[in-house]
Amino acid sequence: MTRPRIGVVTFPGSLDDGDARRAIEAMGGDAVALWHTEHDLRGVEAVVLPGGFSYGDYLRAGAIAARAPIMADVAAFAARGAPVVGICNGFQILCEAGLLAGALIRNRSLRFVCEDVWLRVETAQTCLTAGLVPGETIQIPVKHGEGQWVATPEQLARVEDEALVVFRYSAADGILDDAHNPNGATNHIAGIRNDAGNVVGLMPHPEHAVDPDVGPTGGQPLLASLFSAAVAGVTT
Amino acid sequence: MTDPLHLQLGLTDDEFDRIVETLGREPNRTELAMYSVMWSEHCSYKSSKIHLRTLPTEGSAVLVGPGQDAGAIDIGDGDAAVFKMESHSHPSAIEPYQGAATGVGGIVRDIISMGARPIALLDPLMFGPLTEARNRWLFEGVVAGIGGYGNCIGVPTVGGEVRFADAHSANPCVNVMCVGFANADELVTGNSLTPHVGSLIVLYGAATGRDGIGGVSVLASATLEDGAEASRPSVQIGDPFAEKLLIEASLELIDRGLLEGLQDLGGAGITCALSESAARAGMGADVDLDAVPLREADMEPFEILTSESQERMLAIVHPDRLADVRSVCERWGLHTAVIATLVDGATLTIRRGGDVVAEVPARSLADDGPVYDRPRAEPAAVDPADPALLPFDGDLGDALLAVLASPAIASKRWVWRQYDRVVQGNTVAGPDSDGAVIRVPGTLKGVVVASDGNGRYGRLDPFLGAAHAVAEAARNVAVTGARPLAITNCLNFGNPERSEVMWQFAEAIRGIREACEALGTPVTGGNVSFYNESGGSAIDPTPVIGMLGLLPDYRLRVPNAFPAAGLAIYLLGETAPELGGSEFADVVLGEAGGMPPALDLSIERALIEVLVEAASEAILASAHDCSDGGLAVALAECAIGAGHGFAVSLPTDLPSHIALFSESASRVVASVTPADEERLVELAAAHAVPIARIGETGGPRAVIEHAIDLTVARLADPWEHAIPRLLGEAV
Amino acid sequence: MTAFTFEVLVSLKEGLLDPQGKAVEGSLPAMGFDNVEGVRVGKHIRLTVDAPDEAAARAQVREMATRVLSNPVIEEYEISEVKAG
Repeated sequence: MTRPRIGVVTFPGSLDDGDARRAIEAMGGDAVALWHTEHDLRGVEAVVLPGGFSYGDYLRAGAIAARAPIMADVAAFAARGAPVVGICNGFQILCEAGLLAGALIRNRSLRFVCEDVWLRVETAQTCLTAGLVPGETIQIPVKHGEGQWVATPEQLARVEDEALVVFRYSAADGILDDAHNPNGATNHIAGIRNDAGNVVGLMPHPEHAVDPDVGPTGGQPLLASLFSAAVAGVTT
Repeated sequence: MTDPLHLQLGLTDDEFDRIVETLGREPNRTELAMYSVMWSEHCSYKSSKIHLRTLPTEGSAVLVGPGQDAGAIDIGDGDAAVFKMESHSHPSAIEPYQGAATGVGGIVRDIISMGARPIALLDPLMFGPLTEARNRWLFEGVVAGIGGYGNCIGVPTVGGEVRFADAHSANPCVNVMCVGFANADELVTGNSLTPHVGSLIVLYGAATGRDGIGGVSVLASATLEDGAEASRPSVQIGDPFAEKLLIEASLELIDRGLLEGLQDLGGAGITCALSESAARAGMGADVDLDAVPLREADMEPFEILTSESQERMLAIVHPDRLADVRSVCERWGLHTAVIATLVDGATLTIRRGGDVVAEVPARSLADDGPVYDRPRAEPAAVDPADPALLPFDGDLGDALLAVLASPAIASKRWVWRQYDRVVQGNTVAGPDSDGAVIRVPGTLKGVVVASDGNGRYGRLDPFLGAAHAVAEAARNVAVTGARPLAITNCLNFGNPERSEVMWQFAEAIRGIREACEALGTPVTGGNVSFYNESGGSAIDPTPVIGMLGLLPDYRLRVPNAFPAAGLAIYLLGETAPELGGSEFADVVLGEAGGMPPALDLSIERALIEVLVEAASEAILASAHDCSDGGLAVALAECAIGAGHGFAVSLPTDLPSHIALFSESASRVVASVTPADEERLVELAAAHAVPIARIGETGGPRAVIEHAIDLTVARLADPWEHAIPRLLGEAV
Repeated sequence: MTAFTFEVLVSLKEGLLDPQGKAVEGSLPAMGFDNVEGVRVGKHIRLTVDAPDEAAARAQVREMATRVLSNPVIEEYEISEVKAG
């Protein structure tokens, strides 16, 4: 398989951009650093919006970054069907940019939480989960203060009815309950997709779950799926 | 009649006379402000210098010792580890979130000013009992502030301590330690880069406001209206987003070789950074205050010079490089301002609106501050009653549960799950490990860091308390398999103008000196925090030690908890009847007197050797330091960690409660597979470290023969939930 | 007893750094707004109090503002009543 070119956007305050690039390289991809003010996606085959505190999370998490110059290009890239993944702050940015439904607000506990969590995969119809089986569980760390996904009743109904939920926080055996929901997200939703499945946002950090020396490895199959989607090429 | 200005600013009559002698005239108000901040205890170390000079600072691994912004040690292959610890206790008592946050900001800037990327934070914290609402407020605020700032700048918080004592109700202590990595040949020190006459001093980062100048506000011109106090905030607000930009811009400037010097701005703001930079370069500087970007209108020269606005750095830049430096800063969204030029001579000449407002020799501010040998007097002996002599016939199981529920012993998970310990992807072992293990990127090496300090021991015997802090920090590093190499420290004490406090300080320095010499861990720098007292009661003498060690292969790091059933459990070291200052004596006996445990540094050193060698041969399945709470707590923690119980019997004639809860030093609980038992015993014998096989791992129960028989789950409950319960959080 | 509705505006004290305001202000020019300065970001709290009269209600809101809605060390507040329209 040819090495996929995966772009990782750095905004002022992005923190896990370096970690995302390292994970991509470790899994056999070519990580391409993209800068927030440029309109050049450098021929990448997929784009990752990484975790961190872009603009300090000031005003609203992801609010200022969502309006950065490069986001116009990311939106066009997504509209053509190319894979776009938003991780943590990246998920917040995708919601603020209107590329995904809902919004991320402060954790219900009002505290930042850094823990390994189990996720139940809800659908394989996405660029991030094509290689997984709905119902299987994977372990990945979360680390966020504003990870509670919420939506209007209409948005929520649509997300559930159209199977746009990609991951839910669960127990290791897939059972859903409050005890395993780190932030109080509605319906334990940890990640969602757009209609076409080429845009996925998730609060947990797959880029921090590829190296067994430092933690769980639930991120490996996700990155593998992303690489396949990237190499398969844009659909429209 | 009001006091003369210099007295109001905290300068003594003698200090004023020295200034007059140095300048050859009386200082003006601006110059007086500069001296008052630079010659303060916090900036000049005037009460501690003569003692600090007796600490061992040299060693083959030391690249940078005390006197620079941080210390640095050689970790092989051209790599350097940079580290330092500082305190921010007084601001945290007023506004815990921002006090702790800006404490993190300050220590991180010390690391980047050495040219190192910050890769880990640790936070040793001390509060009053959590049964009091105000202490809960302080505790929650400080933890939130450390997390809020540390998480936002992308530096993982991987360790620390939380301790509790009555004296900290009025005087919480917030110490913060930062570790960074750099190429050894890119370290920024007074010797490594060469400033030139004519080079420019560039201020970059945040604008300058009136933050932190409360102390010299008496100099304000009389025209300030009402509400002046509000406009001179005593609390500084941290901006971690600005700090993150500062980190990236500064490291890029260093990487590209664009600088002749780099200095962070902390205490005493521009005055300190300017005078230290100039003095280090052996030059003077022409300074233009009009060039300083201001956040507030109408700031007076003394305000600009003493402001402690956060997130600012000072760079020395050759004129040919200025455009490049500007473009790097702009790319990261940071303002730059050329505020001074280096000149021949030794004088800082400071102008505002074209007029000279201050003219002071740089060295006199930075290096030639007063040095005091304050009187020391040993206080009347603390109650010598030995708790080991007290009878105890209570239930040992209940006693263990009570000690496990003590906040000092209980799990601190409530704290560290609020910290990002994952960012940068190199945390092999974090806050739940005795020593945090951070991988050196691109290598198999692991740097191991631990912090320790025990105020209770310090109160009973400051010399021993300090020596124990060094020994325990070394032991916490060594149980991971790493060799301890060097220390930083934060020395938290009361008012040095009281002779008993000064005696405690000198004794603590003596303890650190002896322990560091015996263990081969020189001091690379640190911080002294005096005046931690209010209403006449001081905190216990609490030197906190930050120890750094090196693992040649991080994959060989040894975990703390029993990893499996069917392993043999060994106790290295010996238990003596020593309950003085122990958790058991405090929690169960209600007895605070006695002497701290003895400390035989040669045995401690030998123990470290055994641990390092055993780890390198991969024969230790687990190793855990035996300290607060004694052997019973250490065993409980080994079981709770991975859920494997144990059955042990203690080969001792000591009464059971003493065998379980004595806090004798130089002990480790280790587990090994049967195949490796003989080799471990051999290694211990080779180094003359006492060793005894005490039992085996396995099953759901924690059994100490004739003493304890409880399920691991029963032990885990108070340990895991003590702190959340005290905070009123449903569990 | 009558219900009185108030708005409490909480802002950082003058002279203190406002990191949020600074970040927002810095981002505006890139969106085409380059004539904006002095951005300060605060909090808007709305609440309704049952009290015998307006003065008593306002006094209580003032107390709540001091004790919990704002941090008097670093923040100040403004109270305005919202009249039913």
